[in-house]
Amino acid sequence: MKVLVAVKRVIDYNVKVRVKPDQSDVDLANVKMALNPFCEIAVEEAVRLKESGVADEVVVVSIGPKAVQEQLRTALALGGDRAIHVETESMPDSLVAAKILKGVVEKEQPDLVILGKQSIDSDNNQTGQMLGALTDMPQGTFASKVSVEDGSVEVTREIDGGLQTVKLQLPAIVTTDLRLNEPRYASLPNIMKAKRKPLDTLSTDELGVEVKSTVKLLKVEPPAERSAGVKVADVDELVDKLKNEAKVL
Amino acid sequence: MSILLIAEHDHQALNPATAKTLTAAAKMGDNIDVLVAGENCQAVADEAAKLSGVSKVLVADNAAYGHQLAENVAALVAELGKDYGHIVAPATTTGKNFMPRVAALLDVAQISDIIAVESADTFKRPIYAGNAIATVQSEDAIKVVTVRATAFDAAEQGGNAEISAVDTVIENTKSRFVGEQLAESERPELTSAEIVISGGRGMQNGENFKLLEDVADKLGAAVGASRAAVDAGFVPNDMQVGQTGKIVAPQLYIAVGISGAIQHLAGMKDSKVIVAINKDEEAPIFQVADYGLVADLFDVLPKLNEKL
Repeated sequence: MKVLVAVKRVIDYNVKVRVKPDQSDVDLANVKMALNPFCEIAVEEAVRLKESGVADEVVVVSIGPKAVQEQLRTALALGGDRAIHVETESMPDSLVAAKILKGVVEKEQPDLVILGKQSIDSDNNQTGQMLGALTDMPQGTFASKVSVEDGSVEVTREIDGGLQTVKLQLPAIVTTDLRLNEPRYASLPNIMKAKRKPLDTLSTDELGVEVKSTVKLLKVEPPAERSAGVKVADVDELVDKLKNEAKVL
Repeated sequence: MSILLIAEHDHQALNPATAKTLTAAAKMGDNIDVLVAGENCQAVADEAAKLSGVSKVLVADNAAYGHQLAENVAALVAELGKDYGHIVAPATTTGKNFMPRVAALLDVAQISDIIAVESADTFKRPIYAGNAIATVQSEDAIKVVTVRATAFDAAEQGGNAEISAVDTVIENTKSRFVGEQLAESERPELTSAEIVISGGRGMQNGENFKLLEDVADKLGAAVGASRAAVDAGFVPNDMQVGQTGKIVAPQLYIAVGISGAIQHLAGMKDSKVIVAINKDEEAPIFQVADYGLVADLFDVLPKLNEKL
């Protein structure tokens, strides 16, 4: 079975983002970038499927400028077999990304596609589902457990209020939630080995996708600041303030 | 152009997020039709018809929609939605699951998790875990939008919309429901509670959450948790408040033994009043708290319980 994993280069989740003074976007110049945490979980799950003998090849794909190859190398160091870089000038929005991934799916014919449930930059939570619609594959979103057995995959999903299990016929799409697994760290020898693993570059023309966004970003602002609060001395004062000052009790 | 709003429900009752999403939809335009897709869901349709501002309620009542599988619901919504200018749903796990599929089927972008409506095509939404607010404009003919319910007030009762049945049945053979495990709780639902009290790693174990529950019961509050508490196995993950869990905006949010990581703040910083109880006075949670109490939670919680 072949597994395709889509990964995205995003700002490191520990970095506190700053909005540009002209409010055109957030400032990403000289900021540490990393693999999106949900994508790491996706890679980990694919590699575990390979280690357990379910999958025989793990292909990782990323879309964006040349710099995304760093994240593809990371994914290869974590256990991916080969990588595909679809080169675009900037990061496309979810629909375009899904169309590009559809092109990759048609080329590679994977049995399972694993994506993160959302990227921590745009917080969209769309690409996996959109790819599902475009390829007419069933989807198991927000997965906290995945098990593959004879031609289908059973996915336990995190939903509001608890868990739901669905059974999907392969080929299918799974998007990862945080509790699916604990991603491993890349060891130094594996990082070295990853440099020699194959990495192909594709253009959007080859995939026949037009990179065009129908959503315009007009402005990016910092969120409204909360005014500084007060420290209270004890429980009595706290309850008193909540009752009489804030009037929320 | 009219608006199609997809109701969130459990087949028996309308989820409060629907009435809040209706308020957001009303800012985008008139003629709001509500779609209730489910199985034996007439009661939900009746409830939706009573919301003020609803023009019509469409009911797709069929076993095919019994578990609201994205494959079925998305195809139904895309089919019905072709004639609308906006398709709107709450950004719950259900909405997040099927709406992007709807958008892709209609070949339009989706605007996720909006917190404000500037005009019929322009919306505000948080990005980077709520550390920035983007204003975006959609040029698509059909705007597919999910709404962060906590950012809007609930629409009022007093409507009397006509209810009509939708016969379209969409089934798929590629996915099927196997089962579900729902956490049982008698307390109010986290995302709609007026008061939320949450515990973090500082609670030390699951048994100690009893201390929070006692206080919650006195206040009629919902109990939440930080990701640290969930990952440590203290409580189930549907209690998680944060960017990757639930987004809450209650009147009062009490954070107990929670340091206040960015990820957690993204899920609760729009609460009206925030109280932080933490023994580390350097904890980032104090930067957003209206009232901070630097003390050991194991001293504070019993005292608080006694005082209420």
